[in-house]
Amino acid sequence: MKKLINNPDDVVAEELLGIEAARPEVRVDHANRILYRRDAPVAGKVGLVSGGGSGHEPLHGGFVGQGMLDAACAGHIFTSPTPDQVLEATKGVDSGTGVLHIVKNYTGDVMNFEMAAEIAAADTGITVETVVVNDDVAVEDSLFTAGRRGVGVTVMLEKLIGAAAEQRRPLAELVSLARSVNDAGRSMGMALSSCTVPAAGKPTFELGEDEMELGIGIHGEPGRRRIPLATAREIAEHLMEPILADRDFTPAPVIVMLNGMGGTPLIELYVMYGEVAKIMERAGITVARNLVGNYITSLEMAGCSVTVLQADEELISLWDAPVNTAGLRWGI
Amino acid sequence: MPNALITIDQLTGWLRRYHGLVIKNQAELTQLDSAIGDADHGIIMARGMTAVINKLEQDRPAHANELFKTVAMTLVTSVGGASGPLYGTFFLRFASAAGPTTELDAEALDMALHAGLTGIVERGKAGVGDKTMVDALSPALDAMEAVIKTGGDLGAAVRAARDAAAAGRDATVPLVARKGRASYLGERSAGHIDPGASSITLLFDALAAEITS
Repeated sequence: MKKLINNPDDVVAEELLGIEAARPEVRVDHANRILYRRDAPVAGKVGLVSGGGSGHEPLHGGFVGQGMLDAACAGHIFTSPTPDQVLEATKGVDSGTGVLHIVKNYTGDVMNFEMAAEIAAADTGITVETVVVNDDVAVEDSLFTAGRRGVGVTVMLEKLIGAAAEQRRPLAELVSLARSVNDAGRSMGMALSSCTVPAAGKPTFELGEDEMELGIGIHGEPGRRRIPLATAREIAEHLMEPILADRDFTPAPVIVMLNGMGGTPLIELYVMYGEVAKIMERAGITVARNLVGNYITSLEMAGCSVTVLQADEELISLWDAPVNTAGLRWGI
Repeated sequence: MPNALITIDQLTGWLRRYHGLVIKNQAELTQLDSAIGDADHGIIMARGMTAVINKLEQDRPAHANELFKTVAMTLVTSVGGASGPLYGTFFLRFASAAGPTTELDAEALDMALHAGLTGIVERGKAGVGDKTMVDALSPALDAMEAVIKTGGDLGAAVRAARDAAAAGRDATVPLVARKGRASYLGERSAGHIDPGASSITLLFDALAAEITS
C-alpha cells in the first residue's frame, strides 16, 4: 500500500485538520467529525445535513457551504457515520425551521440516520425529514436486494435542494422537491481497478490487466459483471444503455455528470464525456448543463460513472444559483 | 445443578471473550467481507469491542441492564456501518429484557437473546435465508430454546446454541444475499460465508467458553 498518510487509523481525523487549515468557509467539530457551514445555523433556512463514509471526497464535506449543505458528518472510510454524530449535526444546523437529512441508500447509512432521527424526535423538538437517494441502475430494485444505491444523483440533489433552501422554502416543499429530483435521475458506474482501504492495506478486489468491472458502487465493492476491457466508446455504451433503458429522459433537457472514481485522470474523463455526449445527441436528448470531474469517488479507484438527471426550467434555475463550496463554486 | 445461572461477572467475561475472539479473527472477518461486502467487518467490530472493553474498564455496571445498555451505546457510537445499529439494537433489547438483575437463568438468558434477535430483525428487516447475521442468530436461539424446553441446563443450552450458530453460518455459503451490501452482487454473493453470521457465531463461541470454563 502506497498512500500519502501518516497512520492508517488517523486518516479521517487528519483529513479534517487539513480541511480546517485550507477552507475558511467551514467550521470543523473534530470530536464529532462534523463539517459545518461557518455561519450555521442560518436564520430562517432549513438545515441540510448529509454524511456518509469517508473516501468519497469531495462528497460530502466538500459540498458544505453557501448554496449546498449546512453540515456533513464524516464516517470512517466507507463506513456510515454514527447516530450521535448525525444528531449533533442536526442540532447544530437547526434554526427552528427543521432539518432535512440527505441519505444515500446503503444499509448502514439508512439505519444510522434512522436512529438519529428517532432520537431527535424523542429528545429534541427538531422536525427532521429524510430523503433517501437511490439512483444506481446497476442494482435491481426489488425485494431481493437492499435496493438501488445512492450515487451520483446525491451530488446534484445536494446542489439543487441547497439552492432551494437558500430561497427559504419550507421543509415540506424541500422534501417533495428532493424526492422528485431523486426520481428524475439515474446513474451507472464502472471500474478499471479496485481501491485500497487504508486500514485493510490491500485492494478490496483483484481485477486483471485485461478486465473491467461494470456496475460498481462507491465502496470498492465488486459490481454486477466482470467483462473484458473495452474502448471508451464501448464503455460509454455499457454505461448509457441501462440508464436510458430505465427512464425516458425525453423531451426535457438533462444535466449530465461524468464523474471520476478518484484514480482516473481528467483527460480520460473528457474522452468519456465526448462519447456520452454523442450518445445523448443520437438519443435526441438535450444536455443543458454538465459536470466533468471527481465528485463522488471511491478512494483511488480508476473508473467513472455517468449520472443523467432530467431537469425542467425550475431545476436548471436552481442549478445555476450561486454556490460556494470546495467541490462546486459558481455564481458568487 | 451446575451452571444454573450466568452471573454479572460471567456476562462481563462473555464480552471480554467476544472481544478476544473478534481481535483474533479480525483479518478473517474482513477477508469474508471483502468477498461480498466492503472489507471492513473485522476492522469495525474490533474497533467497537475494543471501545466496549475500554468503557468497561472505567465503569463496571452492577446490573445486567446497565451493562448491556453501555455495550449497546458504545457499539452504536463507535462501529458505524450497518453493524453498529444492528449489534447496538441487539444489546439494547437484550438489556431491557434482562432487566436490573445480577444473574440470569437459562430461560432469562434465552428471553434476552430473543429480544435482541427481534430488535435486529426490526432494524435490519432481514429474515432467515437472506444471508445475514440472522442466519446464525436465529437457529442458535432455536437450538437453545429446544434444549431448555427438554430440561437441559445452561451449559448444554449455550453449547447447542454455539453449534447451531456455526452450522447456520456455514449454511450461508450457498445463499444469495437479499439484504445489505452483498445483495448488490446478486448471484455472485453465493459461494461465500456471510461475515455478519460469522461474527455472531463468535458471540456464541465466547458465551459457550465462558459458561463451560
